[in-house]
Amino acid sequence: MVVNVSNFSRNGLSDFLLQRLTAVVIAAYVLCVLGFLWLNPGLTFVEWISYMESIYMRIFSTLTLFSITAHAWIGMWTVSTDYLNEHHFRSFGHVFRWFFQLFVTVAIVIYVLLGLWVIW
Amino acid sequence: MQVSIYRYIPETDSQPRMQDYEFERPAGRDLMVLDVLEQLKIKDPSITYRRSCREGVCGSDGMNINGRNGLACKTPLGAVVKNNRLVLRPLPGLPVIRDLVVDMTQFYKQFERVDPFLINDEPPPEKERLQSIEEREKLEGLYECILCACCTTSCPSFWWNPEKFLGPAALLHSYRFLADSRDTAKEERLSQLDDPFSVFRCRTIMNCANVCPKDLNPTRAIGKIRTLLVKHGT
Repeated sequence: MVVNVSNFSRNGLSDFLLQRLTAVVIAAYVLCVLGFLWLNPGLTFVEWISYMESIYMRIFSTLTLFSITAHAWIGMWTVSTDYLNEHHFRSFGHVFRWFFQLFVTVAIVIYVLLGLWVIW
Repeated sequence: MQVSIYRYIPETDSQPRMQDYEFERPAGRDLMVLDVLEQLKIKDPSITYRRSCREGVCGSDGMNINGRNGLACKTPLGAVVKNNRLVLRPLPGLPVIRDLVVDMTQFYKQFERVDPFLINDEPPPEKERLQSIEEREKLEGLYECILCACCTTSCPSFWWNPEKFLGPAALLHSYRFLADSRDTAKEERLSQLDDPFSVFRCRTIMNCANVCPKDLNPTRAIGKIRTLLVKHGT
């Protein structure tokens, strides 16, 4: 049987709200970047770098990076506990789920470290 | 018409099989799926299924009819038969006891978890606990559930986590008491639901509302429970 131990907050309501809140942050970031591109049709690379390296955008990018991390973990944890369980794989269910969650965790840690390195 | 029925008799079958029967549909009138089963059982008494009231009240004869869960007693052949073929299988996601009869233990366990009865710790009045018309109207679309399990067994979230996700039927009953003005245990009820599985494993795919033979909408009730949990937890 699947357990809550690897769940993000171990609380259904917090995860539910956090997934929606992070989705709003990600959507706002996409709109912000697309809006900038739309308002600056003849954008040069120097202008683009200057925009992305401003302190406001760096903070916003970092916030979005962590939002994607939390959003992805909650989503992938849900997928793993739905499909990688004992109902599908009998006694191997928890082994597959454990390896999958380990893989996702490592991928997310690399993503965050790489993202922070790029942003800052 | 060809009727294909899921057969599994544990004493003689090592694994389930589909058995085909020929059935002559009467001209000029439609039959219910249960009528077909009743007539086939006269020819082959080994066919096993649950039934009782034959009018959509007891909820005994829930089964998978041509790929869709429903009550055999209130599903007309004209609405489901395609290419002159009727396929009957047990409700999915529950262990099969024999033929179309499933073991509903897990379904009832989840039902019990929501304390499906009125809790009121105030002193009982002389006659009865009254409700206003508006308060009573909030129970419409909730109390009518007959526990046929058509909704819960059509829900993939219940198939994958039947021990942890309550399922649409239990959650509909949970909201039926959360919405009841006479119930005083709302805090306790909501506290019991606040984990990653019991309510929040619903992905709002609405299979439950799509198949409910009583035209109820468990998805809407689950949405209202989520709203109550947000208010309760924030």
